[in-house]
Amino acid sequence: MSHYLIKNAQLADGTVVDIEINDQMIVQVGSNLSSTGELIDASGLIALSGLVDLHTHLREPGFEGSETILTGSKAAAKGGFTSVHAMANTAPVADNAAVVEQVFALGKKAGYVQVQPIGAVTVNLEGSQLSDMGKMNKSSATVTVFSDDGKCVSDSLVMRRALEYVKSFEGVIAQHAQDPALTVNAQMNEGELSMKLGLTGWPQVAEQAIIARDVLLAEEVDSRLHICHVSTAGSVDIIRWAKARGIKVTAEVTPHHLLLTEDLASEYDPLYKVNPPLRTQKDVEALRLAVADGTIDIIATDHAPHPEDSKDCEWGEAAFGMLGLETAAAIAQTTLIETGLIDWKRFQEVLSSNPARIGKLSDQGQELTPGSYANIVLIDPKAKQVIDREGESKSNNNPYAGMELNGAVKHTIYKGTLTVRDGKVLELGENN
Amino acid sequence: MRHLLSINDLSKQEAIDLLNLSAQMQEVNKRDVKKLPALNGRTVVNLFFEDSTRTRFSFELAAKRLSADVVNFTAKGSSVSKGESLKDTIGTLEAMGVDALIVRHHHSGAALTIANAPWSTSAVINAGDGTHEHPTQGLLDSLTIRQRLNGLDQGDLSGVRVLIVGDILHSRVARSNALLLRKLGAKVSYCGPSTLVPSASLGLVDEIYYDFDQALAQNFDVVMMLRIQAERMNSAFIPNAKEYSQLFGLTDSRFDSLSSKTLVMHPGPMNRGLEISSKAADSAQSTILEQVANGVAVRMAVLYRLLAQEGKA
Repeated sequence: MSHYLIKNAQLADGTVVDIEINDQMIVQVGSNLSSTGELIDASGLIALSGLVDLHTHLREPGFEGSETILTGSKAAAKGGFTSVHAMANTAPVADNAAVVEQVFALGKKAGYVQVQPIGAVTVNLEGSQLSDMGKMNKSSATVTVFSDDGKCVSDSLVMRRALEYVKSFEGVIAQHAQDPALTVNAQMNEGELSMKLGLTGWPQVAEQAIIARDVLLAEEVDSRLHICHVSTAGSVDIIRWAKARGIKVTAEVTPHHLLLTEDLASEYDPLYKVNPPLRTQKDVEALRLAVADGTIDIIATDHAPHPEDSKDCEWGEAAFGMLGLETAAAIAQTTLIETGLIDWKRFQEVLSSNPARIGKLSDQGQELTPGSYANIVLIDPKAKQVIDREGESKSNNNPYAGMELNGAVKHTIYKGTLTVRDGKVLELGENN
Repeated sequence: MRHLLSINDLSKQEAIDLLNLSAQMQEVNKRDVKKLPALNGRTVVNLFFEDSTRTRFSFELAAKRLSADVVNFTAKGSSVSKGESLKDTIGTLEAMGVDALIVRHHHSGAALTIANAPWSTSAVINAGDGTHEHPTQGLLDSLTIRQRLNGLDQGDLSGVRVLIVGDILHSRVARSNALLLRKLGAKVSYCGPSTLVPSASLGLVDEIYYDFDQALAQNFDVVMMLRIQAERMNSAFIPNAKEYSQLFGLTDSRFDSLSSKTLVMHPGPMNRGLEISSKAADSAQSTILEQVANGVAVRMAVLYRLLAQEGKA
């Protein structure tokens, strides 16, 4: 049974406290606590509720060459996460109770984070027939987030019905907003650069048109809608309008869309090929401001591991996606805290409590108070780290390799278990 | 110069030097014995991932006239999903010992990807990559313009005004030409329907015209027509061939309205009666066959520059 005393940690609101953990729970928070538990000196560190990712590709089952639930869980822990939502585009697709229960069980077995499966909206992500969403919700995995991510639920009727259908069990549809007709063979953000490079443009309206339609559908049926990986300034405007109107919409942005721009495509290095594509500096700035003003609710990684071969090739042949779990916190700090746009309280909201609320994870994203589960990340905000290409993920499609970022995750605690100590992922052993 | 991937790889002076060298190669091509020993013992691969008879033939002749050994490798449709990866294809060829890869590929950036890759050591010549660039076409067009307009085998194209007409969005010829002509001092304009000449193309040229007749009223020195492909009608870029021809074709009447000094160019293959009338294509103002002839000379110059002078610098 674990028993720790974290000394002199600074909470999100700036107060410096000691935190005592016993078994899975936080039992005491205060100053000058003493305890027989193992001491963790957190002087100079920020203590936040463990990070929660609403958008992770763990690739298991089906693509274990890229990532497994175990390696992805370790990468998540290293990044300060205590929970990840595993996307449904596995093989077989997570469109039925058997697959989500398997993913859920493998996550438990790995033991590094809470692995919460996302169910597919439609059978085999094909966009036509609704999947067994009710059965997935009633399964041991208690799925509440549904997404065809990687593909857009583009049929208006199917989207409307999906939004209506999940209402009865308070589910949410997480939409990958990409009009397929407007993005046939699209490769990168449409504009002067795509014109110069001769790469098929991915117009911003392909995202915005779907978001505009979907917020109206959500309003019509009074359901919860979540927008995955918002990438354009125009999308932010539509979401801001929808929220002002009282529509139940939440939105996420990825770390890469907060930091990287389309210019990185100039040398056709597929490391920077991602869906939705990297956009312009103007979009990056609008997205950062949207996190600060509440239009965007959360940062979600869209961690998308790919094997070497699917990136070491022509841009047009390469897979979409980049890693994100291990660098998310540092990118959020670098782009939002160091720039003065947000404080640690907002950081904790967008990376922990808000995603936990959207995903209905009652054990996650809790205030660090007695009675809460001991899901805690300790961040050294003064650290500077040069990112290694290789990390805990099984894949290396890491666009941040060699980049210097501010802040580093020092320790992660998942339900009382230390998963990361001094930046190193610990071995938990079998069936922990 | 180690590779030729994009016109951007060339300084203005390097481009002019290449044109001058091409003019010397033209002289070789006029001889009875059209052969130089410069690349004797060198092996050049025509690596074509996309169909092209003329460009492949042109490169093959160019290499042979420089006494290089040439092999043709047609890898149509090769891809990671269909079998051998680009990396493995290149690795296999290089293992047999080659000096240069002439690459035609359906993906934009493929030639650059090969040149940058740690798994390739050859000199790479871009013979057309997707909808990106076709630098030797740009060079042969500039050579043609320089000789026909200025009657010169030296110098740049200052003051020359060129109109490029048609499917700019999908044209690597339009891109390489705009980059090179402007580098050489020419003013370049694009003309076509706005679906095929997006406003973003202003980043490449001086002016855009959406009305062909208005453009022609500006008395360009060169009117370069591009091939329009049937598939553009299927993806809603243009309504149909007749409307396109009426609005953007170099018809007999438009041709008749041109100054007799205006050059008519086309990179081929032509759709006669669609983007260009036979009268225009076969006129004295047309440079179409000269472009083809100059293509061999330009490709000889590029191969010579990349391979014959290697190690001498």
